[in-house]
Amino acid sequence: MTQPSDRIEVSSDQDVVRVRQLVRTAAVAVKLSLVDQTKLVTAASELARNTLVYGGGGSVEVSRADNGRRQGIRIVFADQGPGIADLDLAFTDGYTSGGGLGLGLSGARRLVDEFIIDTAVGQGTTITVTKWCR
Amino acid sequence: MERVPVLKIGDILLVSIQIDMEDQVALQLQEDLADRIVSTGCHGVIIDISALDIVDSFVGRTLATIASISRVLDAETVVVGMRPAVAITLVELGLSMPGIRTALNVELGMELLAREREIDIFGLGGEGFGDADEGETEKPVVPAS
Repeated sequence: MTQPSDRIEVSSDQDVVRVRQLVRTAAVAVKLSLVDQTKLVTAASELARNTLVYGGGGSVEVSRADNGRRQGIRIVFADQGPGIADLDLAFTDGYTSGGGLGLGLSGARRLVDEFIIDTAVGQGTTITVTKWCR
Repeated sequence: MERVPVLKIGDILLVSIQIDMEDQVALQLQEDLADRIVSTGCHGVIIDISALDIVDSFVGRTLATIASISRVLDAETVVVGMRPAVAITLVELGLSMPGIRTALNVELGMELLAREREIDIFGLGGEGFGDADEGETEKPVVPAS
């Protein structure tokens, strides 16, 4: 079951800051622990920046998730960019096709409970992450 | 665009980051600090991040770059006030921030800088770091050929 969501179009640095703030508010509302809030907001910051820098902009949608047992936050990052050709490489710590540290994708995956990536060359990239309350 | 103020206190430049920085603001801070180190001749930089509720890889990298730049300009950087949840997240993210000195708060950061400077002045291979220096000279590095 998914509840109403908030959506932000990401096309500038400022929007990445707005994503962080939106995710923080949602994480507090669902009562994630402080450490889990911090992990989720950090992951969202990494992925929203990827959407902007590598995807050429896109959208971020934040919603409350409920699997019947636990509540959590689900975030979907979608772009219509070039897509990722080699996923194994993209998830390698330290690999970057841009000027970054190469920790965004691999690091973000470590910070959340569920991480689903859907990408194809020329088709854009959609990443869905979920963090559950403990 | 907002700007993070850089304050001079004695021989130290103090930066307290109080806003959720856009990437451009972080890059501007990097430039401002380099300029201020040169114009003031300060030997220490303290960056207080106690107000930051997250440090992502971009901010982490910016802090590491600031530390490297200041070192080249003869100033030591100490990052102070990191929240526990931020530390846990940073390590899990894979960012261990090598080469960055840290202290728990501004006061301890100032003590750390003062202590280092003192050793430097005493110094020139004098007391304190003698063991490490000797160790290095006894084992010359032979390049692999």
